[in-house]
Amino acid sequence: MKDEAITVYKHMKDLPSSRLLGTGTPMCAGCGGLLAVHQAYDILGEKTVFVNAAGCMTLLAVYPYTPFRGSWLYTAMASAPAGAQGVRDALDIQLAKGRIQPEEDLQVVVLTGDGAAYGMGLSSTSSAIEHGLDFIYLCYDNEGYANTGQQSSPATPHGAKTATSTGAQGFGGHKKDLFAIWAAHRPAYVATVIATEPVDLARKIEKAKNLKGPRLIIALSPCPTGWDFDPQETVEIGRLAVKTGMWPLKEYENGRVTHTKVPPQRAPVEEYLERQGRFAHLFKPERNEAVLAEIQAGVDEYWAEVEKIND
Amino acid sequence: MTRALITGNAAAAWGARLAGAEYVPAFPITPQTEIIETLAGWIDAGEMDCRLVTLESEHSMLTAAGAAASTGVRVFSATSSQGLLYGMEMIYAAPGNRAPFVLVNVSRGIQTPVTLEPDHNDVLATRDSGFLQLHCATCQEVLDSTLIAYRLAEDHRVRLPALVNLDGFYLSFTREPVDIPARTEVEKFLPPFNPETTRFHAGEPVSQGVVVLGGAYYSYFRYEQHLAAQRALEVYAEVAAEFEQEFGRRYDAVETYRSEDAEIVFFMIGSFSTKAKDAVDRLREAGQAVGLVRPRLLRPYPAEALRRALAGKQGVVVIDQNLSMGMGGVLHGELAGALYGQPGMPPVLASFIGGLGGRDIAAEEFYEMVEVTRKACQEGVTPPPRLLYTADELRQMRKLQAVAHAERREDAA
Repeated sequence: MKDEAITVYKHMKDLPSSRLLGTGTPMCAGCGGLLAVHQAYDILGEKTVFVNAAGCMTLLAVYPYTPFRGSWLYTAMASAPAGAQGVRDALDIQLAKGRIQPEEDLQVVVLTGDGAAYGMGLSSTSSAIEHGLDFIYLCYDNEGYANTGQQSSPATPHGAKTATSTGAQGFGGHKKDLFAIWAAHRPAYVATVIATEPVDLARKIEKAKNLKGPRLIIALSPCPTGWDFDPQETVEIGRLAVKTGMWPLKEYENGRVTHTKVPPQRAPVEEYLERQGRFAHLFKPERNEAVLAEIQAGVDEYWAEVEKIND
Repeated sequence: MTRALITGNAAAAWGARLAGAEYVPAFPITPQTEIIETLAGWIDAGEMDCRLVTLESEHSMLTAAGAAASTGVRVFSATSSQGLLYGMEMIYAAPGNRAPFVLVNVSRGIQTPVTLEPDHNDVLATRDSGFLQLHCATCQEVLDSTLIAYRLAEDHRVRLPALVNLDGFYLSFTREPVDIPARTEVEKFLPPFNPETTRFHAGEPVSQGVVVLGGAYYSYFRYEQHLAAQRALEVYAEVAAEFEQEFGRRYDAVETYRSEDAEIVFFMIGSFSTKAKDAVDRLREAGQAVGLVRPRLLRPYPAEALRRALAGKQGVVVIDQNLSMGMGGVLHGELAGALYGQPGMPPVLASFIGGLGGRDIAAEEFYEMVEVTRKACQEGVTPPPRLLYTADELRQMRKLQAVAHAERREDAA
């Protein structure tokens, strides 16, 4: 791949040790989303303005504290991309008139959870992409309305138990394909990441940072409270999400989708599912073979499709 | 200065142009659309140095407006009715950021049922938001109020967004002669936008719209907004005086018309007050001591000026072009709150609901309202609220209902 030559992040030792994001935030212990944000922030740098929508991360900036070295604007659940539009346009107007200098310019980064990114904010997101807005959208995807106690969201996976899907079968719907929805708009860049694959994440943020136009990063964010696992398991569960093929690491650029990390021998999805309380009902009191098989089949089908395209 | 025959919508667009608005997040809705079309035309023709972006909704439009104002540019936007309601979350969110901009609302009744014609339920739904509110009665006032709104909103003592209201159809599509000042004249009155401390740029990080944990902190910030809105009263007086000096047109927070020696006065907002003025003239010719009191500024509420204007009157005819379901007229309730318990206030505030969904108010109805109020004053009993509605209108309504019933029977058959 040609970008191998230009990336500065080839190994763990290449990752920045700056740790720009301050500590002491009110996020839960083991928050997979916060891991992704702090890794991304180290690469984005402090010349950023985060435009936030209602979600867990809204609680990062609680008066008079903020963990960010740069700026922050809270908007509303539905319209963070429109906030990014206003900020970007106002920066451009002032740059054109010489009221701010190019070195004062900011990278505009929308930061939302899956509730906004997959659902309520889709209308304003679509509008921003259609405008060719120069911004990065960073979605921490914890697969539910986690801030309100993990009710099912449009990003909740099939079969998961949530606060609003407590029956024996779990959530009856299927996780929405936000990657495809974005790609259909033909934006500059779309990528999936996970904090437990930090080199892959760093390279994608680096790439996004150096592009112009609408760019999306979806970070699967293992959530100890919402997914019901011990906070010390976050990294292991994140790794299993990739190893089982449940969370494909990929990117879209110039009309092409590339998988950046293809698990050589996919572990069975059960290894990922059984460690999370939200899937416990699929194993106890007896195994729900139908739903387990359905989830495995979905993953197998996805990768079969990938192999077919790559062949 | 040039004088031209233009619509209320064009006057609003001229206000934005002369104010040097740099950014216009937009979304079309009847009867406002002409405003953004006019601005877009000027921008495309290179006559106005401004960026107009059409968002996908008023909610996004108002989010972008607030965000751009927080980033340091002068922002203008316009909407109406359902659009204002669709963006309502951001109408309430924007004032707390203390990043001023001007929004024109072209009043139109809200559903259900659907209508395109005006009343004031849309704008009054924003009354508790923290937006300042200026209400216009003429096309000239629309242009001038837009300029005044920027000065008021951007004043260091205020720093709140402002809403300029004009009635759909009656003003939006009605041409009146309007003095359009030159940009150089306006620049003397309205200096370039000063973003003060809120301006996103590298080197000076800012956090906007953050969370507070605890009611006492929340109360503090909310009350600060209230105090800023209240300060806008004295600032308005200063700004209006400067405006008069510069342009020769006077806009008191409360307009009074032949009310000084009046026994009974009309109390209302918006373009229908020009009809009331006409009725006042006719009644004066007939020897009746009648006048008009019209607040231009509705937020902040000019309570003291209203008490001065209404002191010693026998009765007030309060005409509400809105209806708060289960309560009545919004203006009536607010006025009663401002006058109650104060010495020398009129004993009778008669409430009339009229002009809903563009329904006209006829001259005879103005006369009748005065008659009803005069009688109430004599008897010392405040009459119950009344809806302006004629027997003929009810007959027409019954006709439509008969048609609807007949159609339904036919469908069933």
